[in-house]
Amino acid sequence: MNTVVCMKQVPDTETLIKVNPDGTGIVTEGVKWVMGPYDEYGVEEALQQKEKFKAGKVTIVSLGPDRAIEAIRTGLAMGADTAVHINDAAFYEKADSYATASVLAAGLKDLEYDVIFCGKQAIDDDSGQVPAILGELLGVPVITQVIKLEVADDKTKATVTREVEGGHAIIEVSLPTILSAQKGLNEPRYASLPGIMKAKKKPVDVKTAGDLGVSGESMTVIKEMSLPPARQAGKIIEGEDAEQKAAALAKALHEEAKLI
Amino acid sequence: MPGILIYAEVQKGEIKKGSFEVTSKAKELGGEVSACIIGSGVDALAPELAKYGADKIYVVDGPEFEKYEPEAYVQAFAQVAEEVKPGIIFTSATAQGKDFTPALAARLKVGSISDCVDLSMSGDKAVAKRPMYAGKAYVTVEAVGDPQVLSIRPNSFPVNESAGAGAVEKVTVNLDSSKIKAVVKSVEIAASEEPDQTEAEIIVSGGRGIKGPENFKIIEDLAHTFGPTATTGASRAAVDAGWRDHAYQVGQTGKTVSPNLYIACGISGAIQHLAGMGTSKVIVAINKDSEAPIFSKADYGVVDDLFKVVPPLTEEVKKIKG
Amino acid sequence: MDFELTDEQKMLVETAGNFAKNEFAPVAQELDREEKYPMEIWEKASKLGLVGAWLPEEYGGAGVGFLGNALITEQFAEVDLGISLIVAATFGCEAIYWGGTEEQKKKYLPLVAQGSAISAGAFTEPDAGTDVAGARTRAVIDGNDYVINGNKMFITNADVCTFMVTLCVTNPDNEKRYKRYSLIIVESDRKGVTTTKIHGKMGIRASDTAEVSFEDVRVPRENLVGTSEGQGFYQAMQFFDTTRIMVAAQGAGLAQGALDKSIEYVKERKAFGAPIASFQITQQKLAEMAIRIEATRNLVYKSASYLDNGKVDPTLNAITKYYAGETAVFCANYAVELHGGYGYIDEYDVQRFYRDAKILQIYEGTKEAEVLTIARRLLT
Repeated sequence: MNTVVCMKQVPDTETLIKVNPDGTGIVTEGVKWVMGPYDEYGVEEALQQKEKFKAGKVTIVSLGPDRAIEAIRTGLAMGADTAVHINDAAFYEKADSYATASVLAAGLKDLEYDVIFCGKQAIDDDSGQVPAILGELLGVPVITQVIKLEVADDKTKATVTREVEGGHAIIEVSLPTILSAQKGLNEPRYASLPGIMKAKKKPVDVKTAGDLGVSGESMTVIKEMSLPPARQAGKIIEGEDAEQKAAALAKALHEEAKLI
Repeated sequence: MPGILIYAEVQKGEIKKGSFEVTSKAKELGGEVSACIIGSGVDALAPELAKYGADKIYVVDGPEFEKYEPEAYVQAFAQVAEEVKPGIIFTSATAQGKDFTPALAARLKVGSISDCVDLSMSGDKAVAKRPMYAGKAYVTVEAVGDPQVLSIRPNSFPVNESAGAGAVEKVTVNLDSSKIKAVVKSVEIAASEEPDQTEAEIIVSGGRGIKGPENFKIIEDLAHTFGPTATTGASRAAVDAGWRDHAYQVGQTGKTVSPNLYIACGISGAIQHLAGMGTSKVIVAINKDSEAPIFSKADYGVVDDLFKVVPPLTEEVKKIKG
Repeated sequence: MDFELTDEQKMLVETAGNFAKNEFAPVAQELDREEKYPMEIWEKASKLGLVGAWLPEEYGGAGVGFLGNALITEQFAEVDLGISLIVAATFGCEAIYWGGTEEQKKKYLPLVAQGSAISAGAFTEPDAGTDVAGARTRAVIDGNDYVINGNKMFITNADVCTFMVTLCVTNPDNEKRYKRYSLIIVESDRKGVTTTKIHGKMGIRASDTAEVSFEDVRVPRENLVGTSEGQGFYQAMQFFDTTRIMVAAQGAGLAQGALDKSIEYVKERKAFGAPIASFQITQQKLAEMAIRIEATRNLVYKSASYLDNGKVDPTLNAITKYYAGETAVFCANYAVELHGGYGYIDEYDVQRFYRDAKILQIYEGTKEAEVLTIARRLLT
């Protein structure tokens, strides 16, 4: 089974976000960059499917600057076979969901795939829109928030479980399809040491705007970035013992905060 | 003021509160407010939208819409949008809204902005504020193209009764079934009456300090005491330990929530967690470690063993609620 | 001179770091309290190639060399020194790698590299530690076997291992004292081998340490490491030149972990209305920790790189090991001080770091012995 994984390198979840002085983006200095956590589920699932079918190729497609190669190599070290790195400032600097999807669509048009995996969202802009737009551009069905996948032996269709509000839905979809990975789909593997040593020898196809022939224009304009208003620590509820504190808290929630 | 078209989402035979919130907001902004409701046997629900300001309600009703499937829903809504020609489309950024909205925008060949928490108008264009990095930063952003498509995070705007004209029109849509490549075989929803974390007004959450899955009972008891708008949540530590399903996880790799009241029990307050609940209106922290970072964000802090605080708190809340 | 790690080494650091953070951190306190060897973590790490990574691919390793191994060790020790000793599941094999026959290398090294065996190095005796040449365990030839009698003390992994590389006296009559010893591989299931786990260690309680007694233990003569007797002392010295660098890497890691935890704490903890990070006396402590850590790390990388390039410098290794031990103890001490009362209780990791650090000034050659080595070089 051939799969493509769309992957984005993002700041680690422990990153303290600071906005740059002109309010156009975050301060990237000192940021630890990692593979998107949801994309990681995508890579893992692609590898598991390849292992199950004992055939096929896993290709990582990523849009990002030079540093994105680190996350790409991590994917290759986990076991992916090849990668396409779309590295052109014309794209990644202001790319919104639509631009990202259109560039990814162009970047993977020559690839063969039965399934395209995406993370359910990149944890930087948190838009969660790329899979749906990519599906529209490629004319391929999209199922988001996938937590389980079973591909039929003949690779014409798959049974997919997706998370829905308060439960889950089971969906039968014809292939090829785009699946956005939700936590719970699998437990991503670590890159093994032999995998790391092999990763450098695996091919990474670097593409620019000229190579892809798309404009990658955004459909949204960011006016300003800001930090949330700082929250001040409130008061500590005092009391002789836990029961008194509980009573004082209930009283405060009732009388001051008026929430009960 | 351009016309606004709303996607009214139906779950368990009722219109979601989030859909009423966006209807109220649309009404407040002025201009013509339309809503589109899709489903099977949903026409009786239409008048409710009028209560919050819908002037016109389009009803797409048929057995083929019994279960939500994005392709069919997008086709139906796009046909209604074609007729209405709104300047702005609002959806509620519920679980379904997050699936539906970007697909709709892509079909209409316009940009969309997801999970907006605030809105203002700049001329005929809506400018939205939305969180990034799970709420560690915010951007104000404008969608180009016509119409603008925006999904609004639940609990961002209040529900206000303010009647609209409420004309109901049944719409027959022509589905291109060749494009429908996914079939929903079954949907299993837990019997629980609890709202989703992203929509709940009160969340009682448990972390590593809960010590084991069996102890979530006291968290659930407290949440239930608050009534049907309350639910429970969990920190990543509790989810990764296997004590709670991921659906409960609040934080950067879980759900970003903004309830009126967030009660964190035995949660130290890792940065990923604080980002995910930092916009809650009132935060209560119960933790025996006075050094826990959660206290720096809490409006009310109780430094004590949660197992000694939560059960009597449940009793006190019961007393107050009578 | 290029101080940059290669791309592979950077990924190695990331993988090892993630592994330790995910696998060690949740159980570190429990394993410390219960003195439990992390068998499952060892298995998992072995599958990923993190154990025995220094071994060349032909012997089942990942071929990352000793610098690679130091990087893994450092990342592991940042989270927990006791559990980090799973990388020492190849302990003793360094001697086989340096001094063994090709046949022995092919037989034993892949076993530990692939996680099907744990090895130990049995050098120290109840009355002979750093003074290796004071060892008295005796191996006597009897037909095709060696018959071994004696006792070993403080042997890492002895209670969990499959085989141990054992320092024995084989040629007591050789006039040159250093030529009386040989290394012999003893499988731990041989009749007459008894191991007794040592409880009550101050630190590294997740690691296995045991006493061993050999009572008429018979092993075939082909278990002699190398081809001729009398090489044991030299093999042991060469062995320590490797393992001292790994111990130094443990020190760099532990110290960094102590600093990281301190930084996190001082930003949160408030006193007199301000985070204690804003006080200059706090800042001084942090800076002093950082200075020593950076210097230690440079020493570790240099020593390990030398070793990978076939250049063995025992004095440099002594300096590296000495300084790393000092740095670890120094930083763990400051970390406890910065944590105040919380640093004294076992709910906070720095308390464990403080207890763990001390061993780094003791094992693989005490700090006093390192000082002697360094001074001897200075005066000759």
